[in-house]
Amino acid sequence: MMRKQLSFEQQKKWYGVLFLSPWMLGFLLLFAIPLIASFRFSLGKLEMLAAGGYKVMYGGFGNYKYALTEHAEFNRVLTESVVNMAVNVPLILFFSLFAATLLNQKFRGRAIARAVFFLPVILASGIIHDISTQSIMSTVMNGMTYGTNLDPEVTGLSGSGLSQSLELKGMLVDAGMSQALTDYLSNAVDRIYEIISSSGVQILIFLAGLQSISPSLYEASKIEGATGYEIFWKVTFPMVSPLILTNVIYTVIDSFADNSLTKLAYKTAFTDMNFGLSAAMSWMYFIVEGLMLLLIAYTVSKRVFYYD
Amino acid sequence: MNAHRLQLLMNRLKDWLWVAVRNVLITGLSFVIVYPILQKASELFKDPVDIYNMNVVWVPEHYTMMNIRIVMNVLDYWHTLLNSILLSGGVMVIQTCICALAGYAFAKLKFRGINVLFSFVIFTILVPPQTIMVPLYMQFKSFDLFGLFHLLSGHSGINMLDTYWPLIISSFTGMGLKSGLFIYIFRQFFRSLPKELEEAAFVDGAGIGRTFLQIGLPNAIPALITVMLFTFVWQWNDTFFTNMYMGNMDLLSIKLGRIDPYIQKVLIGDANLLGFDPYQVSMLKDVAVLFVMLPLIVMYLFVQKYFVESVERTGLIG
Repeated sequence: MMRKQLSFEQQKKWYGVLFLSPWMLGFLLLFAIPLIASFRFSLGKLEMLAAGGYKVMYGGFGNYKYALTEHAEFNRVLTESVVNMAVNVPLILFFSLFAATLLNQKFRGRAIARAVFFLPVILASGIIHDISTQSIMSTVMNGMTYGTNLDPEVTGLSGSGLSQSLELKGMLVDAGMSQALTDYLSNAVDRIYEIISSSGVQILIFLAGLQSISPSLYEASKIEGATGYEIFWKVTFPMVSPLILTNVIYTVIDSFADNSLTKLAYKTAFTDMNFGLSAAMSWMYFIVEGLMLLLIAYTVSKRVFYYD
Repeated sequence: MNAHRLQLLMNRLKDWLWVAVRNVLITGLSFVIVYPILQKASELFKDPVDIYNMNVVWVPEHYTMMNIRIVMNVLDYWHTLLNSILLSGGVMVIQTCICALAGYAFAKLKFRGINVLFSFVIFTILVPPQTIMVPLYMQFKSFDLFGLFHLLSGHSGINMLDTYWPLIISSFTGMGLKSGLFIYIFRQFFRSLPKELEEAAFVDGAGIGRTFLQIGLPNAIPALITVMLFTFVWQWNDTFFTNMYMGNMDLLSIKLGRIDPYIQKVLIGDANLLGFDPYQVSMLKDVAVLFVMLPLIVMYLFVQKYFVESVERTGLIG
């Protein structure tokens, strides 16, 4: 009876609430409450009661102070993960834009090439990736295939961590590049597999963006006599630039979701059973991530071009 | 006239050169991607004798089924595979449904305050799961709905660790692995559906539920496929949540993460009295990884066409 009286717009509102109700329940129960609880834990020491349940012994910001000043690893691991992120994000971004542009062109075997390029989305995540990169057999086989120490350059499966693309380095230095840039680039070549494997989703996003650029823009610029190079920088690049922001944010979140610091926090909680310290670590970690995201979003969004 | 011809020739040369460069690049990068898989495949039938044979790199001289047998045995493959498929499949179905519903609501069924809720979705994407892992762990160790259970029965909640329930509940409430991202994808997709479609459906007498099922979902198949594939794969490879909630269950990702001691036990237990050989262990681990990724590869081969096509229309972009 009631339903007849509701207008279409009102019905839509109620259905909206209905459709969102599982999510709202989950947000409260499995996100908001745990988030507050985790902040409480980080302020003290957690004690398990024999009867079940727990009690928090508050101690101010002691855990934070301990992690920052006394803990053996925390500072180093935190700096490392931030530096790693700062090194990787531009590489992943350039590579994924480049790969997306390649895959967007028409050529024979494009379907196969696309299928292969998206394989890392599936195979290079979680446990499979972890174990594959540790394999000593693959290092041995690389060594046998490519002579003694040229392997990481060809395969990217650098086990030693030493920079080995000496020829490339020499070439770049001869070409008059600065030392820092040379190191950065040759390092990128050494880790090509790592970069490819973490840029699957980014390629997807860029590819979707490239597809949505209206062909009439290209036609117009061709009639005006623009070269391919000009078309890329004057048409394609500005049109996908909003996606650069999306991709940077995704890459940052992704690199923060699984690295040595998260492992440290996990170990502190479940191996050392120090829940308070672990919570304090992840809170500081979250704050650093949030600051980085704000900074990046601010700087990038100023330079982004919006079509409409 | 000659200058014109020269220009044409130059253009053709340029095009040709670019095609050559492009092919080299694509082939090279594809090779880098496929290389580790090929490498593992070549170890599948390799006899341990061949590890030390300098002449054998890719094609083994001695073939054996032993690697496969040991790995199947250590992983308890068929049983574990079934568990993994059930878990990933179940989570995939539930999470896709819930995220599609939420995405549709965020895109089409607006009510007061819904934008605030959507900013909460973005917030759930930003917060690393590690920040709330300890309270979540405790939540599921004695699961209780806002203290209601305690109030009603007097017990202190249900221990859900080492069951499928923590993951089922998280995915059912839209808080599963990267649910926020999926809600975002669905919202972007549904937003691009023209308003006229739902109005036409309403005029024809369809309720909102029916409009969602018969107009919304069929038009969102690209997004559905993308989200389903991602959910399945990420759940399959996940060790963070599975180790935390169900570390003692037989799942491929968990078993793979702790495979070393088991392989060593098998090797020492055999005729190999001198202890295990680290290279052989590594080879067996590679084979095990291959076995874990095999179902994914098979699935990808079937879905790949739709996936790659669908991505272009996922509406992943604003």
